[in-house]
Amino acid sequence: MGGVLSERSGVLNIGLEGMMLTGALAGAMGSYFLGGPWMGALAALAVGAALGLVLAYLTVTLGANQIVTGVGINLFALGFTTFVERVAIRPAGIEAVPSFAQLAAPELRAIPLLGPLLANLTPLVLVAIVIAPILAVFLYRTPWGLALRATGEVPRAADTAGISVFLVRYMAVAAGGALAGVGGAFLSLGQLNLFSENMTAGRGFIALAAVILGKWNPVGALAAAFLFGAAEALQLFVQSYGLGVPYQIPTMLPYVLALAVLAGFVSRAIPPAAEGIPYQQEER
Amino acid sequence: MTIRTAALRLLPVWAVLFALLLGMFFVLLAGVNPIEAYRDLLRGALADVFGFATTLVKTTPLLFAGLGVAVALRAGLINIGAEGQIYLGGLAAALVGLYVRGLPPLLHVPLAMLAAFVGGGAWALLPALLRLRRGVSEIITTLLMNYIGLYFVGALVSGPLKEPGAPYPFSPPLAPSAYLPTIIATTDAHAGILIALVLAVVTYIVLEHTPAGFQVRMVGANPSAAAYAGVNVGQTVIIAMVVSGGLAGLGGASEVMGLKHRLFDAFSPGYGYDAIVVAFLGAGQPLGVVATAFFFGALRSGANIMQRSQGVPVAVIFAIQGLAVLFLAASLAVRHRIFRWGGRSRQPVAASPAQAAGVSDPE
Repeated sequence: MGGVLSERSGVLNIGLEGMMLTGALAGAMGSYFLGGPWMGALAALAVGAALGLVLAYLTVTLGANQIVTGVGINLFALGFTTFVERVAIRPAGIEAVPSFAQLAAPELRAIPLLGPLLANLTPLVLVAIVIAPILAVFLYRTPWGLALRATGEVPRAADTAGISVFLVRYMAVAAGGALAGVGGAFLSLGQLNLFSENMTAGRGFIALAAVILGKWNPVGALAAAFLFGAAEALQLFVQSYGLGVPYQIPTMLPYVLALAVLAGFVSRAIPPAAEGIPYQQEER
Repeated sequence: MTIRTAALRLLPVWAVLFALLLGMFFVLLAGVNPIEAYRDLLRGALADVFGFATTLVKTTPLLFAGLGVAVALRAGLINIGAEGQIYLGGLAAALVGLYVRGLPPLLHVPLAMLAAFVGGGAWALLPALLRLRRGVSEIITTLLMNYIGLYFVGALVSGPLKEPGAPYPFSPPLAPSAYLPTIIATTDAHAGILIALVLAVVTYIVLEHTPAGFQVRMVGANPSAAAYAGVNVGQTVIIAMVVSGGLAGLGGASEVMGLKHRLFDAFSPGYGYDAIVVAFLGAGQPLGVVATAFFFGALRSGANIMQRSQGVPVAVIFAIQGLAVLFLAASLAVRHRIFRWGGRSRQPVAASPAQAAGVSDPE
């Protein structure tokens, strides 16, 4: 979702992974120190938005290369979160943080194949599912959504029509970062109840693939994310039933699927025209 | 070269210094005196023969993979996949080291290295083809391939390649004829660094002083102009990407053949990701990459000492690297702006990744 938002405004967000990772950390710490998983999710939201603003400042205001900047954010996030985990979480002996309750009853969780999927059904999951159609309505049915899409396609025309390209891109990237942060918090508050080093393990990039597969449409991205999520659940299933294969084979599955999907479908997908290009007002 | 252009040329140095300065703040947060921490870091990396040897050991894969990323960068490609290419290169070298027996070292070592080049190159071929045929960004595909490579090697050393009875997933030792010789007695420093240095010079000569290198740079600077001038852009992209992956693969081979002498699960501690930083900060110039690879090798080696003596986590180094990249990206963008306002260039800012990364030909 976060990816759709920022890319639709014309900013390619390679830093999604870093924002998720930082969100995961902020979620865990927020939940522990501020009391409760909802505060954690809020902290993740704030931290993700803050990183989004950094990305926006560098790429929109300064016009820095969006790819390089994203890579920088990812690296920084990996180092920073690991560092904080080592100096703040591990010495304090925190072994689990308050996290979201599981919605599914134990009997439901015992169902093979579907069980692991349901076990992780927390309020945050529902939030994610609800946000997609809301975002779709926002993007396609409101003047702000139109402004955002125009900024991503033909920034010059948007500018002429009185839309502040800078402002729109700032808000979109910040909101995208906030959503990515919450996505990360889902990992530390819904799945593991703790932050662990590099726990996102490339999910930010899988999310980017989901954006492409969903053709930059929120509902499409949700469906694509669902597909990748299912691959991960299947992977857990194969792992827990140990079919005599090393665990690495099923672990590969989501990545292989993402790759296959990119190879098969993308030729028809057209990214927002002005994606990746910094906008300069004075350019003629 | 005026003082101003000299100062601009040194932007990466400023970015690193700035990042190190901010890094002191993190060290302070860990409750450690930053001056002492950095002193230990420096001492650990360079002051004695063992520290220096460790620095060389850590520089070697960074240099190989950094050269690889740089070659792709010059062709306008962002190869995030060096990590996966390291794994495949290491795997190919290990297979040759394990199963080809009875060769003299003079044949065995080059053969294993060649296999590693092919393995790493093959891993980069698919993203290159996807980019050409399907228009899929190589950034995402190479990244996904990293995880597949990591788990693929992990599956092999946990299964068919596993040493019987080993407590952890690793392969039996390679044939000693496939070992890279040690270059400093009683330390781990091995000949991989020499091979990497030779390749850096070769890459420099090919990129800057041959028609093939000129084609690569043309494609990187402006693909449509290159196509107009008769360059086969698709072919150039594939060759650049395969060479890029091959060089990174050699980094994996040097780890396996020079240091570990076995194939381990997860044997690369993120060298492929550091290589991206190394290549960017080296401005895509092979000789610049030598300098940045050595610098980051020293950081890694010194950081281990710093962690042991002062309790500062090694991860702080990654945060500093990320900051350095951000500072460099920002300062390059600002530099473009200054030139624009000065009326010295009417070109739109940084259209291609190669330009944006500050990769330009020496004027």
